Amino acid sequence: MINELYRELILDHGRKPRNFRLLESPTNDAEGYNPLCGDQVHVFVQVEDGVIKDISFQGQGCAICTASASMMTMSVKGKPIELADKLFRDFQAMVTQKRPEGEVFDDELENLEAMAGVREFPSRIKCATLAWHTLQEALHEKP
Amino acid sequence: MNFTSDFPVLDQTVHGHRLAYLDSAASTQKPVSVIEAVSDYYLHHHSNVHRGAHALSERASDMFDNARARIARYINAAENFEVIFTKGCTEAINLVAYSWGRANLKPGDRILLTEMEHHANIVPWQILRDATGAEIIVCPISDTGELEKLDELLDERVKLVSLTHVSNVLGTVNPIKEVIAKAHAVGAVVLVDGAQAVGHQRVDVRDLDADFYVVSGHKMYGPTGIGVLYGKHEILQEMPPYQTGGGMIRHVSFEKTTFAALPDKFEPGTPHISGAIGLAAAVDYLEPRLAEAAALEHELLALAESAITEIPGLRIVGTAPGKSAIISISMENIHPHDIGTILDSVGVAVRTGHHCCQPLMRRMGIPGTVRASFALYNTHADVAALVAGLKKVSEVFGE
Repeated sequence: MINELYRELILDHGRKPRNFRLLESPTNDAEGYNPLCGDQVHVFVQVEDGVIKDISFQGQGCAICTASASMMTMSVKGKPIELADKLFRDFQAMVTQKRPEGEVFDDELENLEAMAGVREFPSRIKCATLAWHTLQEALHEKP
Repeated sequence: MNFTSDFPVLDQTVHGHRLAYLDSAASTQKPVSVIEAVSDYYLHHHSNVHRGAHALSERASDMFDNARARIARYINAAENFEVIFTKGCTEAINLVAYSWGRANLKPGDRILLTEMEHHANIVPWQILRDATGAEIIVCPISDTGELEKLDELLDERVKLVSLTHVSNVLGTVNPIKEVIAKAHAVGAVVLVDGAQAVGHQRVDVRDLDADFYVVSGHKMYGPTGIGVLYGKHEILQEMPPYQTGGGMIRHVSFEKTTFAALPDKFEPGTPHISGAIGLAAAVDYLEPRLAEAAALEHELLALAESAITEIPGLRIVGTAPGKSAIISISMENIHPHDIGTILDSVGVAVRTGHHCCQPLMRRMGIPGTVRASFALYNTHADVAALVAGLKKVSEVFGE
């Protein structure tokens, strides 16, 4: 079961997170923190005409948290905000709800499917969703 | 001698593996005798205490008083009323900070803490500092996890020293008797956080000459929600009440209230009667086994430490000589939370994170640790499971 959680793709993103950098002049950003385990994520976004032109993150956390943030940046880059919002909802459902028989993910979610193993580990769901919640905050609670 | 069979909860499998419970520094499991003492009390004797006019109340009051006396004897308090029941260490420290602190500290006075303190022994003093204008100073620790520069920091400005007996992260056993003598030499009062000590070693509050000594029952095989504030008679006597209400008064009118004598002055409301009885049963269980338990725990500690240091990239945080049976582990490029999940998947229960010691984590330059802590019910098989689990972590995260 543990190999379902720590799949090769997740370990890879955990070791070598993509888009792990500062953004020069982000239009939006937010910091997320999980006081329980100390995970912290700072998400930077460049939004133009309702589209996520660029996205990056920094911070420190466990492999699940780092990999999830990394995969998130890849999946929403170049996408309209509405699609990022939908992906957030779908992702949250994927990692919290029991998998229906013969479940098929749509194309967008398919890239994140490696994270689905998290649902068998209730104490780790927050690690996987931290970056997503932080992105939501960055996009919708603009100061 | 194997004590494992006294703890029914340990006889189970987790994720298909035999449970290896190595989280006793967070909370110990309970022996049958403690569970039965609590159950017997509720099955046959429960009533409110404070001497109601009937047989059950008389009996419950006697059991409650006897529990206090049993705990006083265990820590060698001079008087039973020097043992105040609290929810645990946290409430006991808050009681002292609020009651003793506000009555005794003024601007410029110093409170000396150490870098290895639990948040419960930091935050109440910050609130007190803000309320009184006193200052907090912090005794640094070495890389091995031992106090440094205590002598330089101790002078007449220090009115209170509050430190842990045993570090819940590093396992360091502080030289409490020596610290107390030095603090007394400059006129400071000393509070000792005994959460990680009383369940694992003999504590004699009079030999230590501690002014306050705090205990959590659930970390010494007793129930949750019960603990003890030990305080010297003459100090407790002068302290104003902390919380107020019923049971702690002598006389109440709308103009004026006079307070009850010790220990009632600090125990308003109906106390945790079953908790006190359970804690006394825990002392009954522990005391005759203490020497043997300490020897076993140290044997397991040595065994585990020598086996895990062979794992590449693994570092033990806290290496003070004579440390208690607590191992904090840090693994290169692997987050403690991931280690904890993999250990859990093979039935090994450990703690991960900052262990309520964020300043200590910063001092050691790490986000957190994985902590394995031992108690008298642990065995060689538990150590083997830990070692195998950590090797599995290395495998999963190996390049």
